[in-house]
Amino acid sequence: MNIVVLVKQVPDTEAAVRPDSSAPARIVESGIKFIVNPYDEFAVEEAIRIKEAKGGHVLVVTIGPPRADEALRTCIAMGADDALRIDDSQLPDLDALGRARLLSKAIAQSPFDLVLCGKQAIDDDLAAVGTFVAELLDLPHVAVVTKLELADGKAICRKEVDGGTQTVEVQLPAVITAQKGLNEPRYPALRGLMLAKKKEIPVVTPSSLGISAEELRPSYKVQHLELPPARGKGKILQGEPETTAVELVRLLREEAKVF
Amino acid sequence: MASEVLVWVEFKDGVIRRSSLEAIGAATQVAAQLKCTVAAAVVGNADQQAMQCLDEVGVSRVYKVEGVEYQQFEPCRYADALQAVVKQSSPGLILMAATALGKDLSARLAARLRSALATDCIGLEVNDGQISVVRPVYAGKLRAKVGLSGPSPIVTVRPNTFAVPAAQSNRQPEVTGISAELGAASRKVTVRETVYSTGEMPDVSEADIVVSGGRGMKGPENFAILEELAKLLGGAVGASRSAVDAGWMDHQHQVGQTGKTISPNLYIACGISGATQHLAGMSSSKCIVAINKDPEANIFKVADYGVVGDLFRVVPLMIAEIKKLK
Ligand SMILES: Cc1cc2nc3c(=O)[nH]c(=O)nc-3n(C[C@H](O)[C@H](O)[C@H](O)COP(=O)(O)OP(=O)(O)OC[C@H]3O[C@@H](n4cnc5c(N)ncnc54)[C@H](O)[C@@H]3O)c2cc1C
Repeated sequence: MNIVVLVKQVPDTEAAVRPDSSAPARIVESGIKFIVNPYDEFAVEEAIRIKEAKGGHVLVVTIGPPRADEALRTCIAMGADDALRIDDSQLPDLDALGRARLLSKAIAQSPFDLVLCGKQAIDDDLAAVGTFVAELLDLPHVAVVTKLELADGKAICRKEVDGGTQTVEVQLPAVITAQKGLNEPRYPALRGLMLAKKKEIPVVTPSSLGISAEELRPSYKVQHLELPPARGKGKILQGEPETTAVELVRLLREEAKVF
Repeated sequence: MASEVLVWVEFKDGVIRRSSLEAIGAATQVAAQLKCTVAAAVVGNADQQAMQCLDEVGVSRVYKVEGVEYQQFEPCRYADALQAVVKQSSPGLILMAATALGKDLSARLAARLRSALATDCIGLEVNDGQISVVRPVYAGKLRAKVGLSGPSPIVTVRPNTFAVPAAQSNRQPEVTGISAELGAASRKVTVRETVYSTGEMPDVSEADIVVSGGRGMKGPENFAILEELAKLLGGAVGASRSAVDAGWMDHQHQVGQTGKTISPNLYIACGISGATQHLAGMSSSKCIVAINKDPEANIFKVADYGVVGDLFRVVPLMIAEIKKLK
């Protein structure tokens, strides 16, 4: 079983991100810790578990600047076999469609049975790239998957829909995007960390993949980032519950008029 | 020049979801500036009542793609269907609600049409024919203003953000039947079953009022008081990740970065500290209430109203007070 996992390096969930005043469509990167996108970790873990159960090979692919190698090394340390980075340093404004074009081109270079990735990246929060890759490769996809079983060239997936779940059967190769609940990602073992340090990570560029900058021109373009409007100072009630509870209900009815 | 803004409408139990009506509201707002009318796309079967609802919200045309293959939602198939509609309509903009299904379908369709896609938008405007949106990014820590170009950009709008258009007298939209063929990818997917969790409570992502509990609830049995409060207010029960990880509530109820992003009119956080990942899911709520015994809890920083106190005393007293007023 050849499995490709798409990962993205993103700012840590705790990071205080703020717009860069000299380039308002970007964030200030200095001082920020970058991690493997948490949803992608579920995808990596699932791929490794499949490999452990059925044998096979796990390739992790990312698009990013040189610092993104760190995310790939984390995946290798977890148990992935190989990694590939598509360097976007020359094209920092790629949109999701552009990224999917690069990823689909890169992964189509060798045969695979399954593509896994997170249901969304926690930086742009678009929830699109995995599905885009599926469409560009004319493969089916199943998104937001919390359970995955493989048998007879098929995947049986449980996915979340609002207020319920669906069970979906899909013929491989397919693209599956991971949701929390799929598994518990492991911590890399010491041996894995040593291995990952030494691993050579090949780097390709859009032009070496045969895609021109023109084809990658974004149709989704961030004009600027800003902090959300500050909320007004709230009214905080202290004292005996008998008083505060009644006062809260009054405020919600008469001042906020929410019920 | 495109002549239509197209809205995909989503049904649940034969009824149009409110979030789809909100998407029609958003479409109506921008249609005039794009010199367009609003058209709806209905995939699968919609009953008479649902169709009538579309008459009343002012759509001027309904494209219908019917067939047994659309009985259950499946994004590849629905993208096949919508692709056929888009071929006929060449819309200047495609809108849908950022529900689970809307997000899934919008991504497949955008790649199919090679269109720009912006999901989960909270603002939408047109300037000189250029469409731009505002969307929360970095889990709501920042907002991005994004320009969309190219043919038929697709925008999904966050539920509870745009107003449902006011009811009008029947406009009797023109109904156009469209037939579509299943693509290669669609033939490789089968939906075996869809199971909805029972219970009359609305889903957290669509409820006007959400009462959430965190680790401060101490155990699953205590969620009963939150359920009582939610029921009294016609709302839903949410939970922090700690409460979900502890097994007290199902993941469907989780609010936050790895749960659901919601914007209800009223969010009541009980025994929740207000970690950034939790705030990511609820900080665009219109009115936030926090009940926490720790006056230093981070949740108070975003709360419009807060009570410093023991939730096990405060919540039952609130319930009693609301009952008195009803
Ligand atoms: C990648 C990642 C993703 C995450 N995603 C999410 C997510 O989607 N949603 C989410 O919620 N979290 C998420 N988290 C976890 C988050 O960081 C916090 O751990 C979590 O939100 C804490 O939940 P809590 O507020 O219920 O618990 P705690 O932080 O333990 O807070 C409990 C609160 O209850 C109060 N309390 C206790 N007893 C009472 C009482 N009797 N009356 C009143 N108040 C009381 C305490 O004062 C305290 O403030 C994520 C974390 C990571 C790393």
